[in-house]
Amino acid sequence: MSPAELFALPFMQRALIAALLTGLAAPAIGTFLVQRRLALMGDGIGHVAVTGVAIGLVTNTSPTWAAVVVAVLGAVLIETIRERGQTNGDVALALLFYGGLAGGILVSGIDGQSAASLNRYLFGSLTTISAGDVIVTMVLSIAVIGLSVGLAPQLFAVAQDQEFARVAGLQVRAYNLLVAVLAAVSVTVAMRTVGLLLVSALMVVPVATSQQLTRSFRTTIAAAMVLGAFASVGGLVLATFASYKANVAPGPTIVLLALACYVVAWPIGIWTRRRARLSEPFAEGQIPVHEACDEHPHAHGPGCGHLAVPHDDHVDYVHDGHRHAEHGAHYDEH
Amino acid sequence: MTTLDMAAVAISNGSVALGGRPVLRGIDLAVAPGDFIALMGANGSGKSTLVRALVGLRPLVAGEVRLFGTPLEQYDDWSRIGYVPQRATAAAGVPASVWEVVAAGRLTRRRLLRPLSRADRAAILDALEVVGLADRRRDAVSNLSGGQQQRVLIARALAGEPELFFLDEPTAGVDLPNQQVLADTLAQLKSRGATVVLVAHELGPLAPLVDRAVVLRDGRVVYDGAPLRDHEVHQPWFAEPHTHHHHHDAGTKQTDHVPHVGSPIDRPRGQNR
Repeated sequence: MSPAELFALPFMQRALIAALLTGLAAPAIGTFLVQRRLALMGDGIGHVAVTGVAIGLVTNTSPTWAAVVVAVLGAVLIETIRERGQTNGDVALALLFYGGLAGGILVSGIDGQSAASLNRYLFGSLTTISAGDVIVTMVLSIAVIGLSVGLAPQLFAVAQDQEFARVAGLQVRAYNLLVAVLAAVSVTVAMRTVGLLLVSALMVVPVATSQQLTRSFRTTIAAAMVLGAFASVGGLVLATFASYKANVAPGPTIVLLALACYVVAWPIGIWTRRRARLSEPFAEGQIPVHEACDEHPHAHGPGCGHLAVPHDDHVDYVHDGHRHAEHGAHYDEH
Repeated sequence: MTTLDMAAVAISNGSVALGGRPVLRGIDLAVAPGDFIALMGANGSGKSTLVRALVGLRPLVAGEVRLFGTPLEQYDDWSRIGYVPQRATAAAGVPASVWEVVAAGRLTRRRLLRPLSRADRAAILDALEVVGLADRRRDAVSNLSGGQQQRVLIARALAGEPELFFLDEPTAGVDLPNQQVLADTLAQLKSRGATVVLVAHELGPLAPLVDRAVVLRDGRVVYDGAPLRDHEVHQPWFAEPHTHHHHHDAGTKQTDHVPHVGSPIDRPRGQNR
């Protein structure tokens, strides 16, 4: 089968549409997670969604919708624990992380058959997406993209400085919950593409790549979305071509391609930052706290010929218009 | 109308507890419109907590806060308030340009899902010009120095064109030239008729702007009246004993430890190192 025929197949086109949209949606919301230094939140939600998928499989309902519901609940729970409790975000994530994965494996074990199909969600199976799934994916990812781009000024302000946002009259808690819910939705959207275990990569790696080269938030989020779409579509195409020779899964290919972009961008980022530093002028008018004077062969002491001035707990010696104070083996300017 | 209703911001019998421990006790304070007041006191005296209580970031366990005569719980006209939180940096996990951070201050006057209007852009640019960072608006905030980032935070508060400013230690960790720029910025605000509540450990170049000083000690107001010099705030009856020494007090005539000596070592005043 030639590549042209292969890409003309309906399942392949469905896979391409799903890959493109998830590649755009995941980094869009991922940028706000990275901005709040919650880069692993996507991973935590992904693990919670495992339980949702398992419940959907066992009860013979839609695994996607079950995952959406459970992931949203999990995300809201993480946000609530983080905000209300003494626990910090990190620990809240860890609790949900393990609970979700253990719950998913336990539930799927109850019904022996579903363990194999759980794999499809853990590692992604772009090529088994049905027409109905594609429509759900399209609706959900367009909603995620629309909200995270449309509300970007508000979400940016909340993620940048929560206290300022509160005094500016923004509903900080509502926006935080919105980010959590959007993250949960994009996790469930992306689970068919890259799988629940790798979902966070599509939310974080394009952002990490683009911020190597950008100076503003707007270009960071735009570049992350472009990179995410490039990585997911490119990864799918690569995996398709490679499948003539070997059995290559699209999910890991997408993630590895995104990481390859990072590997390319990283040294460029270091180089440009270095250049930016070199072009910086010296910090204007810094006042040294401790200014040691240069070579000082003369040793001050009582009767040395310089005017002695008591200065708090020590003695300064007036020396050509400045005052020198002994400090260990050298003299300081006072 | 009582003075409490006339005040730009007022707190009556306000108490705040953090983790069950009282931090502010029975604070009464009213700031008249157009006043420039400095909240001073030692570390841990509750001055930052007071400002955070005034803007609603810390709940009161007793008492009441009123902003422009409206109780804080019902207050929703946040575009009249400009808040500069105490932060070491204006940067977060993702790069953001100076313009974008300052534009966030405009959200008090923007409606949802609307792009920046021409008036918004003009206000943001004006705020950047007041703090002297208009030429660096495209730079990432993380590339600026600490003092410049502090100025970005002030510009962010300015962008919403508020009438009442709360500044929490804007001079902490800022070098002297940057403190001078801050002082010039605040002088401009004052001349525009803004009300300013400034939290400061030491005033430095901001001292000439202050109309009224309030000194806190252990969560109580111990002084409320004419401006004090930094030195006086640390008198034993205000706070802990004066444990550190100043080498020189910029801008004030103070007798130095150097005895008066004639030429050739005499130097113009102010350069007496």
